[in-house]
Amino acid sequence: MRRNALPYLALAAFVGLLVYASFGLPNRGDASAALNGPLSLAGTPNAATHYIRNPERDAATPNMVTVILADYRGYDTMGEETVILTAGLICFLILRRTRSRP
Amino acid sequence: MTRNENDVIITVVARVVSPFIMLFALYVIFHGHYSPGGGFQGGTMLAAAVILVRLAAGSHLAQKQFPRSWATPLGSVGVLIYWGTGFAALLCGGNFLDYKFLPLGMEAAKTRFFGILSIEIGVGLAVMGILTAIYDDLLEGDPGD
Repeated sequence: MRRNALPYLALAAFVGLLVYASFGLPNRGDASAALNGPLSLAGTPNAATHYIRNPERDAATPNMVTVILADYRGYDTMGEETVILTAGLICFLILRRTRSRP
Repeated sequence: MTRNENDVIITVVARVVSPFIMLFALYVIFHGHYSPGGGFQGGTMLAAAVILVRLAAGSHLAQKQFPRSWATPLGSVGVLIYWGTGFAALLCGGNFLDYKFLPLGMEAAKTRFFGILSIEIGVGLAVMGILTAIYDDLLEGDPGD
């Protein structure tokens, strides 16, 4: 009993650490937070700001999620789709009926 | 899978509901530019419409709606549409997947709009075909199908 208490104590300590760390995050949609500004903490341009400001001008599409998914991050979606096709082909190869069963 | 051939209510309800699910899935795919949605979600709903009929009427009868041999080729066609759009932009002088260079004869923003639409259709077809194919593969060799 006493030996099993250590993992739970470690878990509780980790949960406490995460909760404590979450108090340092900026509020959602807080325009004055450094994460949401046009410049990152290092002074370089923030990609998210560009993605939020420009979809309407670039692709005439109001839904910025679609533009990010299919246009700005098109390579990523292409990889996802290829992964789905690969999964389907592997299911086909593993699960198909084998004719040479004795 | 054990099934009851005489269960009229389930079969009829599935037959009636399936086309409406497909219609709403097409709306989700084509309206993804203006509202939440897109190829993945719409493709999943298309596959749900097909699998619903398979569950209700049995795999054997459901071949009349969507044959098993179409599923994997349909998924491959979806992936080919995606890659083909990318290579079409490449061949027309741009970068890979840079829809601005597609030869549609419109201004750049509108061309990107239709490039994204082509991508979403490809994703929807691929997801529908592959999900249906996985369902059929899992049922392969089942005595009741």
